[in-house]
Amino acid sequence: MTEQKEDDVCQPGELVTDNRFKRQWVKLKRNKAALAGGMLIIVYVLSAFFAPVIFPGNPSAPNLIKSLETPSVENLLGTDELGRSILGRIIYGSRISLLIAVGVVSVGMILGIPLGLVSGYYGGKIDFIIQRITDTMLAFPGFLLALALVAVLGVGLRNTVISIGISMVPLYIRLVRGCVLSVRAEDYVEAAKAVGTRDIAILIRHILPNVMVPITVQTSLSMGMAILFAAGLGFLGIGVQPPTPEWGAMLGSARSYLFNAPHVATFPGIAIFLAVLSFNLLGDGLRDALDPRFRI
Amino acid sequence: MNEQLKPLLEIKGLVTRFHTLDGVVKAVDGIDFEVYEGETLGLVGESGCGKSVTALSILQLLRCPPAEIMGRILFEGKNLLELDREGIRKIRGNDISMIFQEPMTSLNPVLKIGEQIAEAARTHKNMTRQEAWRWAVEMLRMVQIPGPNSRARQYPHSFSGGMRQRTMIGMSLSCNPRLILADEPTTALDVTIQAQIMSLLHRLKDEFNTAIVLITHDLGVIAEMASRVVVMYAGIVVEEAPVKEIFKDPRHPYTQGLLGSIPVIGRKRQTGRRLQEIPGIVPSPMETPSGCRFHPRCSKVMNRCCRQEPPMIRLNEHRRVSCWLEAHSTVKKSQAGGR
Amino acid sequence: MALLEVNNLKKYFPIKKGVFSRTLGQVRAVDGISFTLKRGETLGLVGESGCGKTTVGRSILRLIEPTAGQITFNNQNLLDLEREELRKVRASLQIIFQDPFSSLDPRMNVGQIIAEPIRNHLKISRKEIRERVAYLMERVGLHPEHISRYPHEFSGGQRQRIGIARALALNPLAIICDEPVSALDVSIQAQVINLLARLQEQMNLSYLFIAHDLSVVEHISDRVAVMYLGRIAELASDQELYQNPLHPYSRALLSAVPIPDPEIRRKKIVLQGDVPSPMDPPSGCSFHTRCPECKEICSQEEPILKDAGDGHWVSCHLW
Repeated sequence: MTEQKEDDVCQPGELVTDNRFKRQWVKLKRNKAALAGGMLIIVYVLSAFFAPVIFPGNPSAPNLIKSLETPSVENLLGTDELGRSILGRIIYGSRISLLIAVGVVSVGMILGIPLGLVSGYYGGKIDFIIQRITDTMLAFPGFLLALALVAVLGVGLRNTVISIGISMVPLYIRLVRGCVLSVRAEDYVEAAKAVGTRDIAILIRHILPNVMVPITVQTSLSMGMAILFAAGLGFLGIGVQPPTPEWGAMLGSARSYLFNAPHVATFPGIAIFLAVLSFNLLGDGLRDALDPRFRI
Repeated sequence: MNEQLKPLLEIKGLVTRFHTLDGVVKAVDGIDFEVYEGETLGLVGESGCGKSVTALSILQLLRCPPAEIMGRILFEGKNLLELDREGIRKIRGNDISMIFQEPMTSLNPVLKIGEQIAEAARTHKNMTRQEAWRWAVEMLRMVQIPGPNSRARQYPHSFSGGMRQRTMIGMSLSCNPRLILADEPTTALDVTIQAQIMSLLHRLKDEFNTAIVLITHDLGVIAEMASRVVVMYAGIVVEEAPVKEIFKDPRHPYTQGLLGSIPVIGRKRQTGRRLQEIPGIVPSPMETPSGCRFHPRCSKVMNRCCRQEPPMIRLNEHRRVSCWLEAHSTVKKSQAGGR
Repeated sequence: MALLEVNNLKKYFPIKKGVFSRTLGQVRAVDGISFTLKRGETLGLVGESGCGKTTVGRSILRLIEPTAGQITFNNQNLLDLEREELRKVRASLQIIFQDPFSSLDPRMNVGQIIAEPIRNHLKISRKEIRERVAYLMERVGLHPEHISRYPHEFSGGQRQRIGIARALALNPLAIICDEPVSALDVSIQAQVINLLARLQEQMNLSYLFIAHDLSVVEHISDRVAVMYLGRIAELASDQELYQNPLHPYSRALLSAVPIPDPEIRRKKIVLQGDVPSPMDPPSGCSFHTRCPECKEICSQEEPILKDAGDGHWVSCHLW
């Protein structure tokens, strides 16, 4: 017998606990990387929430005497060209980044989920139209799409969120549609139709709850992507505008001092890197934990 | 019938446990039985009774959840549980091979049928690529696949369910095994295809004198194929008997219930539309009932059954049953004999 | 007057391929079948996988839109109905599914599952719904105190009972039973068959009982139709069909059923080959490629379903 066949012989594994949440939690706990990602996200959220407590004072107020100082006890991560504490700006920046992340996935979900549901459930002409639009949007690299939208809408926090959010919509549509196609074929959806349930109720009561798992995973990954995109826009100077402390913008303005004060660029860079990494690690971990096919 | 023969496979005190998040699952909880050369042993029971796990334990194909296999599995006197990975690999497919229920997933979709059979043959025999291919075609011919030369070049998706199962049988026979473990080999197939597969197994058994352990819940298949029957319930053996006797005179209330609960064509006129029911549900292997495992569903339950596990009682050379009813009657008989 | 009358029902599935979804051909899943179902009667529909029996069941409920034909249920032609009217008719024409695992929404509890049809069709209070659900659960042999449990906490047989309770929720006239016991263990199968038989007596239900297991179908049905490649090969009362099968396919099918009695050794008619693809069914009689009694006419002319006497219908040139 070949190796592959031995893998088929896993049915008794089904015996492991029937309690879905317990199983998922244990699986997530065993995934150290996901756990680390989750912890880091909690740290970011806490620092965003308690920013004024951790860093009293205005992170945007210039103090030119202390311009471009290297890390010291007073300023743990040094100061930027206007003498502002980099640590303070990173802490306040996490507020902006998380706000953008949440805003972006909200836009993506609010538009993407209903379109995906309708597209997958009804099929036919409406599906064709939605899918061709999605194809067109996906033909652009996501960042380029966001960039183009900013060019149309203009700069600022709100427009950043909308632009990046819209660039996420096709991802949600694709994902939701795919899941709906498989759930729609389940007998319980047929059963609901057979007992005379209206389509809208079938979509909301039966289909949506059963596609939430991949949506959750996608949301975690999208948040990481949103932070990266926002930082990219900020870096190019067309995202959130100074003096608001935003990681990408910090990176952008630090560009000129890369040689004489490398720490000014390094720390915001690390902040972005870790935030994106944690969301991705958590997303991957969630995928493995929530997918019943991955057993422990 | 087989007492002068040495058993080909002896299972002694086999226990297979899985350690899961919710605790220990005793899928097989101490079973004994023998398989003799050239016979077909039917292993009957419902889902979760441990019949498939028994077969998988024999070949140690349980890797996924951490399984613990204890007891002794003697194949031609050699304890399979003491072999190392390489040792058991040599046994698999060579001396003992397995046929699975689902012929769709047991074949690799990206390899040609002929390549898959040839591969199985080459792992165990010293054959050149060409020899193995010819061997594969020969195997397909043997399991009555029409046009084996061209069929060997095709991929599994162009085979029907019945043809795939025949291919699997061909593959499992490719090294002339002494024993085949057939786990519900016809359950996924239609009746007419089932009839084809059954007659094929019959013929091959006669030709090669291979012993078969036929695992199924279908008593009709058992009646037609098996010479002896072992009935399992909740991880243990409850009854063992030659096939004719088990159908004519089942002793364990569970066996009686099983036989009564299947609809038989033409019997409706005599018995009416109600089938005999075994009440309740099959117990979960996490929480086996105390005493006799069948007592919560048994129609003849006595006080003793709830408290004490019944011993295995040997009725004669070929029959044994694990039930207090028999214990009482044998005791009475022996007492009567003593006076 | 029959409760359900199916007339020349057809369902062809187009096979599409390529960018422009060209239709390459059709799978004739159901190719013109007709039958009737009376009040309180059970009609068994047997056949091997791919013969179209499941498609028949779902087409009647219009879970799949039929290609052609008439379906008259309770004096209404179902194929003429608008969405909303159809939704209302479905209250009295119900279905039980084969797979007790996939037919219940894993995210709903038993109470919600059984209450769904009631909430869809009746305007009654929460308390009344709860009472009705509890009553239904009791009726199918479930403990009403398990009302807030989730499907995964039940065994296969119990889940099938939940599905039956859902189908009974609105006092239907007829239930399409699509392989309701084939996923169950032997001892549980008997419980569910008995439950279905009891409910039929109590509520005067009609069943269209679709299954591949000939013994189960014989046991529960009053009349039985044998399907092959989307058509009815033979239709007769259960006794007539099982004692005196006329169609060579029915004979082979019946002889292939393993009898749970080792003393009986029958001669089996082992059919050669596999069922042909419904995409490209054979000419003439669709069974002629495997028929042991094939004549010249069989490959040329399509036989029609005709009465061979006493309501024994058969579609074969031999009769």
